[in-house]
Amino acid sequence: MTELSAAQPIDAASAPTSGQRVRTSMQLYMYVSLILVAAIVIIPLASTALGGFKTLGDLRGNPFGLPTEWQWSNYTDIIFSKRYWLQMSNSLIIALLTVFLTLAFGAMAAFCFAHIRFFGSSYLLNYFLIGLMFPAATAILPLYIRIRDLGLIDTYWGVVLPQVAFGMGMSIMLFRNYFRNLPSELFDAAFVDGCGYMRFFWHVTLPLSRPIIATVGIISFVSSWNNYIVPLIMLNSESRYPWPLGIMIYRGEFSTEWQLVLAFITLTILPTIIAFFLAQKHIIAGLTAGAVKS
Amino acid sequence: MSTNAASSAMPLALPKRGRRSLAHSKWPVLILFLPPALLLFTVLVILPMGEAAWYSFYNWNGYGSPTQWIGLRNYQLIFRNAAFTQALINNGLIVLASICIQIPLALWLATMISSRIKGALVFRLIFFLPYVLADVAAGMIWRFVYDGDFGLVGGIASFFAADPPFWLADRDVAMYAILGVVVWKYFGFHMMLFIAGLQAIDKSVLEAADIDGATGFQKFRLVTLPLLGSTVRLSVFFGVVGSLQLFDMIMPLTGGGPSNSTQTMVTFLYNFGVTRMQIGFGSAVGVVLFVLCVTLAFSYKRIFMRHD
Repeated sequence: MTELSAAQPIDAASAPTSGQRVRTSMQLYMYVSLILVAAIVIIPLASTALGGFKTLGDLRGNPFGLPTEWQWSNYTDIIFSKRYWLQMSNSLIIALLTVFLTLAFGAMAAFCFAHIRFFGSSYLLNYFLIGLMFPAATAILPLYIRIRDLGLIDTYWGVVLPQVAFGMGMSIMLFRNYFRNLPSELFDAAFVDGCGYMRFFWHVTLPLSRPIIATVGIISFVSSWNNYIVPLIMLNSESRYPWPLGIMIYRGEFSTEWQLVLAFITLTILPTIIAFFLAQKHIIAGLTAGAVKS
Repeated sequence: MSTNAASSAMPLALPKRGRRSLAHSKWPVLILFLPPALLLFTVLVILPMGEAAWYSFYNWNGYGSPTQWIGLRNYQLIFRNAAFTQALINNGLIVLASICIQIPLALWLATMISSRIKGALVFRLIFFLPYVLADVAAGMIWRFVYDGDFGLVGGIASFFAADPPFWLADRDVAMYAILGVVVWKYFGFHMMLFIAGLQAIDKSVLEAADIDGATGFQKFRLVTLPLLGSTVRLSVFFGVVGSLQLFDMIMPLTGGGPSNSTQTMVTFLYNFGVTRMQIGFGSAVGVVLFVLCVTLAFSYKRIFMRHD
């Protein structure tokens, strides 16, 4: 008995220490690996931003380090140029229109699928879900012809409408799944009180749907903000180019002056990075949840 | 019993009355709420896809209406085109890189981040950052990184006094350089999928394994990994779908060159259909891409994701 009770404290005392030792070496290993991967992510970004402050000669000899002389003019020239703000506002206008229409049309259609029984509803829903299966690139040429025939080439709408159309499947699916999970008692109560579908949609469904509106909004905003192929096909004049096209043009023009290109890249991705750090929780949740649920 | 019968009769009566009054009001909603989405989707998604199939039988430059019917000739031309074969191989390589490099990397990082070490949130944020950036921007940044004269790779080479490498201009290396960018940009997204998957695992299962004396690696291999099956399958699915759409990133990096060594399906469509205004040929590529996407999505979901 005494032996046992004497042995136990020793055991109990030695076990955690050996565990601790494993822990610390394990932790060291984990931190080293994580920091290594983080470096691989950050170094290209940081050296892009720093490269924008260098002269071309400095960049050639010293692509990694801090600039020997900070060339603020690389950045200020772009910030005070019209083209930078024009591109950003083009991107913003296109993205806001896309988000608004995707939310409005998607929520309205999804409401019908979630709450109204009508003939062929499941077929119609599947019809929309076909849109989830292929990217806009597959139909880009006929889409171009269609937009041309509608007279929308080289307008914001020529970019917005295809983006909304191709986002419809995802948006309807996410909204419908959310609407269906709203407690059905709400419905019964509202209908007993004589509330019609429209008022129910406005006064009950939408106010309760903030999370899903945020998710769909974030997904469609990010995909519109980053979209390249649709504006590439639909727009001709540089004054309407969103930033992904603008950045390619800029690189074409200043292909020999990497430092300017780097400053330009940095300034164009800056809004994204700031927004990401400000709203990271929502953005990460929105982008992954949207993907998983589709 | 009697109360039971009464309570079951009441709800039966109420919805019936409710439903009838709804029946009057449901048509205005349907007529108002469905058409915008339906019209837009039909006109700009379904019809163009159908038209792609139609145009693919013509030789047409987009002006006037298509008249020169050439049957399946466009499809013959596609499958005889060496660049298209290369594009198919490259799309396969991207999927392979996603399965062999990206997913193990993502899983490894996810297990570390989920083990509640300090700073996990910061690492998670950093790893997800490339995913938020546009493909075009990522391609641009890496064009600089890979540049032999001014870029980081050039800097490393000159540090070792080696000749400046120009990977993106070397047709044997360029595709692998692009695969590196793809992994760099997308591993964070897959990592988030795995973090979500790990959070869903019941902790008591792992505790039970602990009590049975399983080592960390055994726990991972025999408990965690099998329970993550559905996440792995989802992750592979996104790898495949993403590979078929890859375009934005290639354009700033190589544009499909040198000598077509880095074409993907979509860059092939763009370079051979859009820039040359070969509507018929480009539409045929689109149809092939569509068939690939739909077959892969359907069969993958059928075969691997039935139980998820």
